[in-house]
Amino acid sequence: MDSALIPKGVKRCPLPQFLGGLAVAGVVLLWGVYAILLIWIKGLHVTGMNDYYGFALWIWADLAVIALGGGAFFTGFLRYIVGKDEIKNIINFAVTIGVICYISALLILAIDVGQPLTRAWHIFWHANVHSMLTEVAFCLSAYLVVLIIEYIPLVLENRQIDKVPFFHHLSHNMHEVMAVFAATGVFLSCFHQGSLGGVAGVMFGRPFAFREHLFIWPWTFFLFTWSAAAYGPCFTIFLAKLTEKITGKRLIKDNVYDLLAKISGWMILTYIIAKIADTWYWAAVTLPSQGHTLMDFYSNNAFYGIWILVAEIGVCGILPALILVTKKGRSSSTLIWTAVILGCIGVCLNRWVMILQTMAVPSIPFDSWQLYMPTWPEVATTILPVAFGVIVVMISYRYLPIFPQEQELNPIEP
Amino acid sequence: MKQGHRKNKKFGMVIDLDKCTGCGACMVACMAENNVSFKKDETDKLLSITWMKVYKLTNGKPFPDMEICYLPRPCMHCEGHNGHSPCVTVCPVVATDYDVDTGIVSQIPTRCFGCRYCMAACPYHARYFNWWDPVWPEGMEKYLSPNVSPRMRGVVEKCTFCFHRYQLALEKVYVRGQRELDEGDYQTACTQACPAGAITFGDLTNKEHAVYKLKEDPHAFRLLERLGTNPKVYYVSSHEWVRRLADNYHPHEETGKVGGHH
Repeated sequence: MDSALIPKGVKRCPLPQFLGGLAVAGVVLLWGVYAILLIWIKGLHVTGMNDYYGFALWIWADLAVIALGGGAFFTGFLRYIVGKDEIKNIINFAVTIGVICYISALLILAIDVGQPLTRAWHIFWHANVHSMLTEVAFCLSAYLVVLIIEYIPLVLENRQIDKVPFFHHLSHNMHEVMAVFAATGVFLSCFHQGSLGGVAGVMFGRPFAFREHLFIWPWTFFLFTWSAAAYGPCFTIFLAKLTEKITGKRLIKDNVYDLLAKISGWMILTYIIAKIADTWYWAAVTLPSQGHTLMDFYSNNAFYGIWILVAEIGVCGILPALILVTKKGRSSSTLIWTAVILGCIGVCLNRWVMILQTMAVPSIPFDSWQLYMPTWPEVATTILPVAFGVIVVMISYRYLPIFPQEQELNPIEP
Repeated sequence: MKQGHRKNKKFGMVIDLDKCTGCGACMVACMAENNVSFKKDETDKLLSITWMKVYKLTNGKPFPDMEICYLPRPCMHCEGHNGHSPCVTVCPVVATDYDVDTGIVSQIPTRCFGCRYCMAACPYHARYFNWWDPVWPEGMEKYLSPNVSPRMRGVVEKCTFCFHRYQLALEKVYVRGQRELDEGDYQTACTQACPAGAITFGDLTNKEHAVYKLKEDPHAFRLLERLGTNPKVYYVSSHEWVRRLADNYHPHEETGKVGGHH
């Protein structure tokens, strides 16, 4: 029924099956929308947050999707600035994932703030240039615009839209100048990824999050940018491979995966060395100067043990890095799956720790650890972006040429 | 009246913990003075708005060696380094500010859009979010103070050192033809309500004010000084274990010998 919209030379599942899939994701999405309305109408007291947990599940989800969506800016950097031509075969998909992640991030912020409808604009109008969150808001919004500009040519390449001469030429011309937008995206991403790290790193009243500075930027500024560039491609590879599993087709050639995985591996390796150096300096110099020891932050509570640091740096950092930098690791399907999944977990764990563990640690010596449990509206609104992402990927995959190598890898027999 | 700028002040408190009985009168006075809203169910203290909060500390020893100390905690009005309080610099919309004239960290609820970054940044948990719409029992709204705007749902609030009283005091001294406030002209509600006289309020830089001398007490300390927050609330306790609980110390370190005095 919708065959006229499907790109030429590729095969898609029957429309009822597609609509059935959309309906399932749609139900989850509606559940999230219901939770959003509940939160907006009733107020944030329907969440599990409290005065110790002003930042909670949403802020973690926000930071996590932005880090995972880092694959968009980093592949753009590799394709348009470094000139890695093979990346063009995965960049459309990376941009699609980026758009999903950044729309989700802004949506989460719109739910999270106390006065979203009447005062969210204050952040632009009454901007405090000293606040990391201001930089986040400006760069995040600007980068979403860039991502949409990067995504538009893809939409214009739909078979029917492309027939209109104006859209055909517009798409062509946008492709011609895409390097400019890609470079702008890299610039903006470096700042907002870094500023999100800075959000935690500048809190000098919170020794667990606070880090020493280089000029005005705490080390977390650089670590967040670096980790997004390192782990973001892991998420792109993971989702591309997952799409291949679900569709039962090869969509991207192995050499493209191999290149991106190798670059990601070296980025993770260098990042994790920097992270270890940062952790060592924090534990050996910064904390003792404030009367703390490392174990103050990993003991006397029911959840946050030293295991979380080992998991973040060792299991989800060193291990995927070692797999991805070796040819043997990258050629094994099992190992590459393991590495990209661990990588995604690793960067999410880092964001979790920097937000939620920071809130959990007692800041006053005579206070105690506070653990927090999200309520269902928080969970529903956090799952919403996943359902939204599934819907966008499904529609994009069905109607847009997001995998340029699909036709070649899956020739249709006449 | 002579024209010209008034001298910059640093209003602050000295709280004598040896005198505090933990009666909570300061908390009640603060709530009444500042139109702090409350709910029917206040059992979850992590959701209660208490600009002034009294903590109960113990030395951790069993009876008969157990000792208890009550520690009232308003906003510390941190100066940080050159006015860079932990909460002020992080606010993306300048809804909180460090006033160099008074040393008071202000809060502008009508500017705040409820991102709660300031709450995350404050190590003293002195900032509170309005998770609910403020609702008072029927008739009680008539008893609200006309000098303080009640805060709406979705914004952060905190102790202001009763800043409206400072503004009223300025009017009073203007009428008197004075330029500078006398010590008694501007006192916070909690200071006046404390039956034990444990709270003393004034200009920390003014030698005429009681707080100037009290903060020099050898047993005076501030909470979490080592973080560099540079708070303007001092405490005095003759008990070493209390002073030790006020900051993080390594076993070999002595209280009062380390930390960031500004």
